[in-house]
Amino acid sequence: MTDHRDNQRNMPPLTLHVPEPKFRPGDVADFSDIDVPAAGVTPRPDETAAAGSMRDLAYGLVRVLDDEARAVGPWNPNLSPDVALKILRSMALTRAFDERMFRAQRQGKTSFYMKCTGEEAVAVAAAHALASDDMCFPSYRQQGLLIARDWSLVDMMNQIYSNRADRMKGRQLPIMYSVRDAGFFSISGNLTTQWPQAVGWAMASAARGDTRIAATWCGEGSTAEGDFHSACTFASVYRAPVILNIVNNQWAISSFSGFAGGENTTFAARGVGYGIASLRVDGNDALAVYAATRWAADRARSNAGPTLIEHFTYRAEGHSTSDDPGQYRSADEGSAWPLGDPIARLKAHVIGLGIWDEERQAAMDLELASIVKDAAREAEKNGILGHGMHQPFETMFEDVFEDMPWHLKEQLDMALGEKKAAGL
Amino acid sequence: MSEVITETVADATQMNMIQAINSALDVMMDRDPDVVVMGEDVGFFGGVFRATAGLQKKYGKNRVFDTPITECGIIGVAVGMGAYGLRPVPEIQFADYIYPALDQLVSEAARLRYRSAGEFIAPMTVRSPFGGGIFGGQTHSQSPEGIFTHVSGIKTVIPATPYDAKGLLIAAIEDNDPTIFFEPKRIYNGPFDGHYDRPSRNWGGHPDAQVPEGYYKIPLGKARIARAGEALTILCYGTMVHVVASTVEEMGIDAEIIDLRTLVPLDIEAIEASVKKTGHCLIVHEATRTSGFGAELSALVQERCFYYLEAPIERVTGFDTPYPHSLEWAYFPGPIRIRDAINKIMKD
Ligand SMILES: Cc1ncc(C[n+]2csc(CCOP(=O)(O)OP(=O)(O)O)c2C)c(N)n1
Ligand SMILES: [Mg+2]
Repeated sequence: MTDHRDNQRNMPPLTLHVPEPKFRPGDVADFSDIDVPAAGVTPRPDETAAAGSMRDLAYGLVRVLDDEARAVGPWNPNLSPDVALKILRSMALTRAFDERMFRAQRQGKTSFYMKCTGEEAVAVAAAHALASDDMCFPSYRQQGLLIARDWSLVDMMNQIYSNRADRMKGRQLPIMYSVRDAGFFSISGNLTTQWPQAVGWAMASAARGDTRIAATWCGEGSTAEGDFHSACTFASVYRAPVILNIVNNQWAISSFSGFAGGENTTFAARGVGYGIASLRVDGNDALAVYAATRWAADRARSNAGPTLIEHFTYRAEGHSTSDDPGQYRSADEGSAWPLGDPIARLKAHVIGLGIWDEERQAAMDLELASIVKDAAREAEKNGILGHGMHQPFETMFEDVFEDMPWHLKEQLDMALGEKKAAGL
Repeated sequence: MSEVITETVADATQMNMIQAINSALDVMMDRDPDVVVMGEDVGFFGGVFRATAGLQKKYGKNRVFDTPITECGIIGVAVGMGAYGLRPVPEIQFADYIYPALDQLVSEAARLRYRSAGEFIAPMTVRSPFGGGIFGGQTHSQSPEGIFTHVSGIKTVIPATPYDAKGLLIAAIEDNDPTIFFEPKRIYNGPFDGHYDRPSRNWGGHPDAQVPEGYYKIPLGKARIARAGEALTILCYGTMVHVVASTVEEMGIDAEIIDLRTLVPLDIEAIEASVKKTGHCLIVHEATRTSGFGAELSALVQERCFYYLEAPIERVTGFDTPYPHSLEWAYFPGPIRIRDAINKIMKD
């Protein structure tokens, strides 16, 4: 073997590239380098067009709302006033819900909470573009799906409080909902596991000649997991009727999107390599999210296969109640974010249409805050975390298996004995 | 503490377990330029539990860096770096998220030395917070050590004090075999007596929280007698060492508490000597019971100490269910479960 140093004599030393975000605490955030194409300029291919004929869309940005909040261009979904106002209301309700539950955690009523502030359009507009019986495989940040599908806030809060009315029997961390009746799959704490599962659900639907499709979501950071790639491979191979949503909110806890490969290409471009139709969308533009989701749903329903959508957005708040983003990112990133706030933008749009006004918005915000407050009061009647053992101890051992084997029965007896000994 | 190998005699400082771990990483990065630290959020931010705080600033991004969120990738890359000659210390943010990395750990890191007849090794130390007691729900509470002790070629280390955390971590990093280093996160900030309804304590004033600033190591495979006694032997590790100690104190029983510190390789001599002396053996871990590490301990004690035993060996463990969120304290193997088992063993 030759000494490797001989071969290297005239070569420059290698260097390791470790990504670094543009702004850290104290820096002035300036996003002027982000290319934001004008609303309306991105072409809209036919839903059944070959994936290879629209690769540019993975590098562009589908936008409908222009700077004056007018809906323009081929992606304009031309929503009826009812639907536009319902999306606005669901987004505002999601934000009010988040505010209240975040505060509940701070007040010690539960252990944990995660907001989706600034990302409401991603889930809410998508829910409206899907059929109500399409199956959703969300991550922990798509509470907007349940709210848009009018699921009970009290039921969600019962889960957050892990109380005696929690249908999940207090087993799961707060916000890890499961709502089969709303087409909402049980949320896992382990990232991206839901992606191949969504593809499998969609394959089953196709194999059975059903008409329902599946949709799944994960954060941009989560695209690094192997499950992401397994999902894309299966979706491509079987042309599964599934919508694969990447919510690029720029941050994964303290790691910026560069640690998921965002410095080198777009997240939508991941789909291109798999031959999957891929769209990059202004995630703070509810109309664009709606239009892209509807396009992808129509594509899936016509057996033209999966679509991958990158929703370009910004995580306006901390990762969770356990996080302090002031430690690692510039505080003014949120206000400097070039794509604005999804609620403010849709509100300006419907006001521009003459179907809404500031007074009605203010009245709605008050109404939603009181709806959320009433729901919280109702849920708290069923108990809050840590104030008593809300579930019968039997529930701890049920559902491990369909039938309880002898060893779990023994352990249940032990647990009941301990309960008695503790005077509970 | 005769087994402790100290090179630099340095003043001891009060440290909690996080600080002790941070100090071990700092000492080793300073001593050995091959040591690299990597993992989700470990770089600029310094880790979600702050265990790597300040290291990137001190040693640079070539040696302390954030990674993409792919545990399989993190361990695979650590195997490759080890093959080059580095000594990676990857962090898996929670033990509950180590499963995507299983293939790289079990099929690759654990067997690399064997299958290449020593041509390649995987000298990595995988740090990961584990265990419950923080209302983390089922994906921030698990104790999967038994999965790794079952794999040949991986060492498994679990400290119970700040002092041990530093000395064992340094030994693990210097060790040339892949080591899983599970950190009991319930006792990061203070020991825990098992009474969830009492105020939590910090490490302040605790003798095992006096940690030398410099280099020292505690050899892998050496247990610690956490409490000497004659009546029965209690084998435990991690958080449970403290829960057991306070229960024993409350009961006023003269138990010998052995903090195993390393599960593989196990300090079988210490176990044998103690059980032969006391004639009674209780095994305590927080992990689920069936096929847990307690089963291995029970078999070993039975094989080696059968004729000395005066009562059947007992195991106190977590239940064979996922870790529940709201019933966390009904699940946790606390003082009542331990007391009942001790009473059962000692009844005659
Ligand atoms: C398998 C796995 N690894 C690590 C974690 C810890 N973790 C939870 S959320 C998160 C960041 C995810 O970021 P991203 O995918 O961008 O989603 P976002 O939180 O921004 O919505 C990490 C690392 C986890 N839950 N599961
Ligand atoms: Mg993200």
